[in-house]
Amino acid sequence: MPRKRSARRFAADVSLLALAVAFALPLAWVLLSAVDPRAGLRLRAPDGLTLDNFRAILTPEITYTPLLNSLLLCGGATALTVGCAALAAYPLSRFRSRLNRPFLLTILFATSLPITAIMVPVYALFVRVNLIDTLQGTVFFFAASQLPFAIWLMKNFMDGVPRELEEAAWTDGASALQSLLRIVLPLMGPGLAVVTVFSFVMMWGNFFVPFMLLLTPDRMPASVSINDFFGNRGMVAYGQLAAFSVIYSTPVILLYVLVARRLGGGFALGGAVKG
Amino acid sequence: MRRVHRAVRALPLAPALVLLLLFLAGPVAYCVGIAFTDLQLTGQAHSSFVGFANFRRAFRDEAFLNAVWLTLVFTVLSSLVGQNTLGLALAALMKRASKPVRTLTGGVVVTAWVLPEVVAGFLLYAFFRREGTLNAILDQLHLPRQNWLYTLPILAVSFANVWRGTAFSMLVYSAALDEIPAEITEAAEVDGAGGWRRLWHITLPMIRRSIGTNLMLNTLQTLSVFGLIWVMTRGGPGDRSQTLPLFMYEQAFQNSMIGYGTAVALLLLVVGSLFSVVYLRLLRTEV
Repeated sequence: MPRKRSARRFAADVSLLALAVAFALPLAWVLLSAVDPRAGLRLRAPDGLTLDNFRAILTPEITYTPLLNSLLLCGGATALTVGCAALAAYPLSRFRSRLNRPFLLTILFATSLPITAIMVPVYALFVRVNLIDTLQGTVFFFAASQLPFAIWLMKNFMDGVPRELEEAAWTDGASALQSLLRIVLPLMGPGLAVVTVFSFVMMWGNFFVPFMLLLTPDRMPASVSINDFFGNRGMVAYGQLAAFSVIYSTPVILLYVLVARRLGGGFALGGAVKG
Repeated sequence: MRRVHRAVRALPLAPALVLLLLFLAGPVAYCVGIAFTDLQLTGQAHSSFVGFANFRRAFRDEAFLNAVWLTLVFTVLSSLVGQNTLGLALAALMKRASKPVRTLTGGVVVTAWVLPEVVAGFLLYAFFRREGTLNAILDQLHLPRQNWLYTLPILAVSFANVWRGTAFSMLVYSAALDEIPAEITEAAEVDGAGGWRRLWHITLPMIRRSIGTNLMLNTLQTLSVFGLIWVMTRGGPGDRSQTLPLFMYEQAFQNSMIGYGTAVALLLLVVGSLFSVVYLRLLRTEV
């Protein structure tokens, strides 16, 4: 029996490694091309190591401005999302009401709506109300599109904080807002981190929303500006494109690792939705 | 007095509600509104109500029917077959594999998922290009090379979506498999049930709820893929990888027909809502 089991483990290891290699090929391409002085489209050992690709793109126009735009856009929208979600989750988690269930069902329904589908009408609407090509308009839309899932997650995390602690604070005369800020939120640190990181990562990678709602090139976040490597410059410098991809992707990967660690292995987000 | 008290307690919901009404419910309502008009991009002052004309037109429009067909192919190939089966296979293998291999594979697959959509698009574009990695490998193996993005664009973007999206299914199924009590599988093993029979008679029935949830969420996500296809093929060559989101975009912006594009968007939204309702039903006992 143990022999059979170790044979089985070996077979599983080999198949998994084969799959891992298949998944890793495109990732290896981007990492190697970023340091390859003569990068092309195929995966190969680089002709020597160079940081020239990074040096070429680390200019305000190509990298810093788009990344700063991404940060303002996604940071602002994440702050708005998390703030609104924390406030909204509090009554949903703490007070009983006949409206809670229908409200939560509507929220859950909204989490899975295809946001892509409403972008054409959102564009038309934004033109009408003069929000097109504005940072705040895009921030508001981003926040609204991420809110259903954020509220849903936040409410579930908040349910895990025992009520007794707050009841003590209430008898001492604390208001609901005070107990939310001083007792509940500090106790759900990991949950709060998950909601924040998840919202931010979703927005950081989102291409379609800023692509539709912003027009001025100077306002574009990295997810849209990365397309300039193809459009405007004739010959595509694949090494530079790869270097930019690495810089642009690193923050979200680090953030993901941060929360995944904090929550241990079982980071499946329950019934999570992805972008 | 009690009513006032209740209203005060619900007050923290207000900011979220305002945002959701203005920026989510508003556009959906607006979508329903202009789907029945001939609104154009050129900023004309008035558009007129045209009833179901946009929808009648869609179902006679070969390009629309082509997009519906390609969306169906894309969804079935990449979500139902690809992500779902591969995710389950990965999760099942990971349960048996040794820890370092499990960690490594999990890390690679999840990285593909966490990467920004456009970056994933570029990586797979490079992979499938004529002078890209896939053809290099085929050359090594002495197999015929292909210009994948030209001859089989819908297959290439489907594979790209599998590459990018499988991690989600893998995580869902890993969690589901962990919940199957070990005694049950062991008992079946002692009774001499082989691997495939155990999978069919024990594992799959026990995780059927996760399968349902996963299929719904994968399908919803796949229906709204835009950036990945846009980066890889722009919907082309011609319209051979133009799924509904890309068709909708082209009608609204390249052809300036916002009304028509929105009608298509509304159809997509209705299909998405139907899937959402099924998903809610599946979750019903858990809410």
